[in-house]
Amino acid sequence: MSDYTVIGHRVHNVDGTEKVTGSAKYPFDVVLPNMLYGKVLRSPHPHAKILKIDTRRAKRLVGVKAVVTGKDTLGHKQGIWRRFPELCDEEILCRAKVRYIGDAVAAVAAIDEDTAEEALDLIDVEYEPLPAVFDPMDAIKEDAPQIHEGVELNININRHIEWGDVDEAFKKCDHIREDKFKCSSQAHVCMETHDAVASFGYNGKLEVWTSSQSSYYIQRLYADMMDMSESDIRVHNRHTGGGFGSKFELDSAQFCAALLSQKLCRPVKIVLTREEEFTATKRRTPMYYALKLGAKKDGAMLAKEVRVITEGGAYTAMGATALYLTGFFSSFPYKYPNYRYDGYRAYTNTAPTSAMRGFGAPQSTFVGESQIDMLADDLGIDPIEIRRKNGMTPNYEVPGQAFIQSCGLHQCLDKIEAHINKRGKLPPNHGIGVSAYGFMSGGIFNWFNTPYAFSAAVVRINIDGKVDLYTGACDIGQGSNTTLSMICAEELGVHLEDVRIFSGDTGICPPDLGAWGSRETLMNGNAVKRAAADAKQQLLEFAAAKIGANIVYDLDIKDRWVHLVDRPERGVSYFDIVKEAIRGKDGVAIMGRGHYTPHRKGMISPAYSFGVQAAEVAVDPETGRYKLVNVTTAHESGTVINPVGIEGQLEGAIMMAGGYGFCEDQPMDEGKILNPSIADYKLIRSLDMPETDILEIDTYEPEGPFGAKEAGEGLTNPTAGAIGNAVYKAVGVRIYDLPITPEKVFNALREKEKQSKKAKK
Amino acid sequence: MKKQLKFKVNGQPYEIFVEPKKLLVEVLRDFIGLTGTKRGCNSSSCGACTVMLNGVSVKSCSVLALQANGAEVVTVEGLAKGNKLSSLQEAFLDHGAFQCGFCTSGMLMSSTALLTENPKPTKQEIKEGIDGNICRCTGYNSIIRAVTAVVKGEYKEAQ
Repeated sequence: MSDYTVIGHRVHNVDGTEKVTGSAKYPFDVVLPNMLYGKVLRSPHPHAKILKIDTRRAKRLVGVKAVVTGKDTLGHKQGIWRRFPELCDEEILCRAKVRYIGDAVAAVAAIDEDTAEEALDLIDVEYEPLPAVFDPMDAIKEDAPQIHEGVELNININRHIEWGDVDEAFKKCDHIREDKFKCSSQAHVCMETHDAVASFGYNGKLEVWTSSQSSYYIQRLYADMMDMSESDIRVHNRHTGGGFGSKFELDSAQFCAALLSQKLCRPVKIVLTREEEFTATKRRTPMYYALKLGAKKDGAMLAKEVRVITEGGAYTAMGATALYLTGFFSSFPYKYPNYRYDGYRAYTNTAPTSAMRGFGAPQSTFVGESQIDMLADDLGIDPIEIRRKNGMTPNYEVPGQAFIQSCGLHQCLDKIEAHINKRGKLPPNHGIGVSAYGFMSGGIFNWFNTPYAFSAAVVRINIDGKVDLYTGACDIGQGSNTTLSMICAEELGVHLEDVRIFSGDTGICPPDLGAWGSRETLMNGNAVKRAAADAKQQLLEFAAAKIGANIVYDLDIKDRWVHLVDRPERGVSYFDIVKEAIRGKDGVAIMGRGHYTPHRKGMISPAYSFGVQAAEVAVDPETGRYKLVNVTTAHESGTVINPVGIEGQLEGAIMMAGGYGFCEDQPMDEGKILNPSIADYKLIRSLDMPETDILEIDTYEPEGPFGAKEAGEGLTNPTAGAIGNAVYKAVGVRIYDLPITPEKVFNALREKEKQSKKAKK
Repeated sequence: MKKQLKFKVNGQPYEIFVEPKKLLVEVLRDFIGLTGTKRGCNSSSCGACTVMLNGVSVKSCSVLALQANGAEVVTVEGLAKGNKLSSLQEAFLDHGAFQCGFCTSGMLMSSTALLTENPKPTKQEIKEGIDGNICRCTGYNSIIRAVTAVVKGEYKEAQ
């Protein structure tokens, strides 16, 4: 393993010098000649009919070039679940009705942002407010207002997963726990807000620079919404200032900029304000959980029943997938012989909820890992031990759902146990909580109905031996450009600096489903590896003839040296071979193609990562305030391609997932988000950030490129649960709803005091 | 009514006419074309627009451009000397102290200002120095390691 020349080495991010010098151009920085600036008018009502929109005053304002409303659209509805038209329910620019505070109703293009902003005030919209419903528990009642025509009880979608005989199994359990939890929402808070520069030419073709996780999805959704042929739309994505699940559906900035540009044949730029980013884009799905868990005295968990109702907000978005995945990952990372899940997603008149890093699994992991600790406590079993007893192992089949090949959960448990033991006796009011988790390496489901391979790549070897790698993968900060370049260099036997990557540009790159579900390393990595292998094969055919090697010898390339595998000293320079091979091919560059689509790999994902996290907190029992002291993670993600990248994913996930457990929340009043600014939305800043330690685990995933699997989202799953368990260990109170704020800890402590006084009397 | 703004950016003198309400970040990005300075909130709470004004770090979305009249401004584009990166830029590369990169200019400017003022900060002082800058990707610790490496003298400043 150690003889890799590129992968596993600590390298600079391939976009690094651009990013540390400020020269990296984000869509936010794009300025085109003759460009206009756009702004979007949004509904102040959570639920209302649009009676009339009068844009005449706005159009008369000097500097305003165009105003569009729902009437200027084709009336199509977008949705990523393209195979299920009833789930494509978002017009983006509303025509007859608004369904949340922030729904877009009109957009303006003007010579500058100030003029566009001023024009918004001159658009007269007449609304007829309708009764609204905000809580999913209320939305599913008989008398609740109907948010989408024809959707009974506002139930957008439901999901059922079941195996074994749950009811029979509960009868055999020595101990059963039933608990309820509530998981809050969370904002993605990408540093670059949603933005787009859209430019229609007089030839009817559209070119867009936009911050996105999937150029291909954006291209295809534009085609759906505007009735265009997808190849007439070119979406660029060179750098994106964060995604975290928020940027793979068509958004109001993208759609409105294109509509306005279409009217004018001038480029139009729309950048959402931070307030719009909080109120008028998507967010993590809040969930009500009811769990029933049964076990034998020895801690063997026989049955689990999970019921979930999620707050859907106004539209389907990616919420249907979150609903399924939270149900699937509620069984993780344990071998439940009997399991049943029922999930319902309710429409509400709130900002739509969708994908966010972890995609339903941070919620299921918080509730599941809290409850397992409670069960262990009831049975007098050590928290590590109960996880060990029930934890998944390699080559395990989740009945009817998934097949897990590599799984290092037990090594992770061992390492975390050693870490806790080493920490020894803790100071008073300190506690260490553990949380175990797993996650997928890319989703298999094809609700988008793509006719393309899931991932594809093209490798071109130029005359000087330098390699151009073309892939539709999108680097949103997770470092896929670096990881994929490393895979390409390793497979082809060249150095990292020999590879130049072109990514996320639908005009020149083969389609890729993009960066979601932690899919780029495994899925696009496989495509890149195959493309590089294809190019290498062509070179080796030439080299074999050139070297005149006996047919029994294998050839390979390593460290820019083309050689006989069994006699590595016999070989020739890679650069010389390339030059001669291309000359011999009449000057045609060598092109390799590769693709990857998971066939026969279950219903969810071709591979799963695992880990265990230990969080240490120090609680002040007087005030309920607590500090995250240390978060130590044992994570296994197969072969490590890019160690600096994995460290970054791990530590960064703790900031985001710690925030989910600790402080991030979006309180609402009648559908209005009350803290739509970075000053009011509490994030973990540098002073709150705990020490982070990483315990690497060595595993190999047969399905992954060089044995690699995901290391992006899974790491967001454990932290809230670990914090909850740590607070319990520290001061003996259990918090059932996120985030675990000092106020909740304080109240729980006072309640506990009251109860113990009562008991003494 | 536009007013004259005379100031230096990265050593280069500029004389331009701007409306009094224009923010420094807008002038840097939209008038001078230095788009390395980002804008993440426009309410001085995210730190992405941090620049140095007369040697002190400021959030350029909370400064009117005319307040910089007569001042020396340094932006991220002014950190490298010719084609040589500054120590902090090198350290950010080595430590992977950025991911999406959108906060990075601000982080580098806050860190540069910190080391200008206090070349030997403690870890706590480094944390305080970047506490006004939000990074949603890295979890800050790699940034703290990068700054620490510079403080320890592991990098030689380009001349």
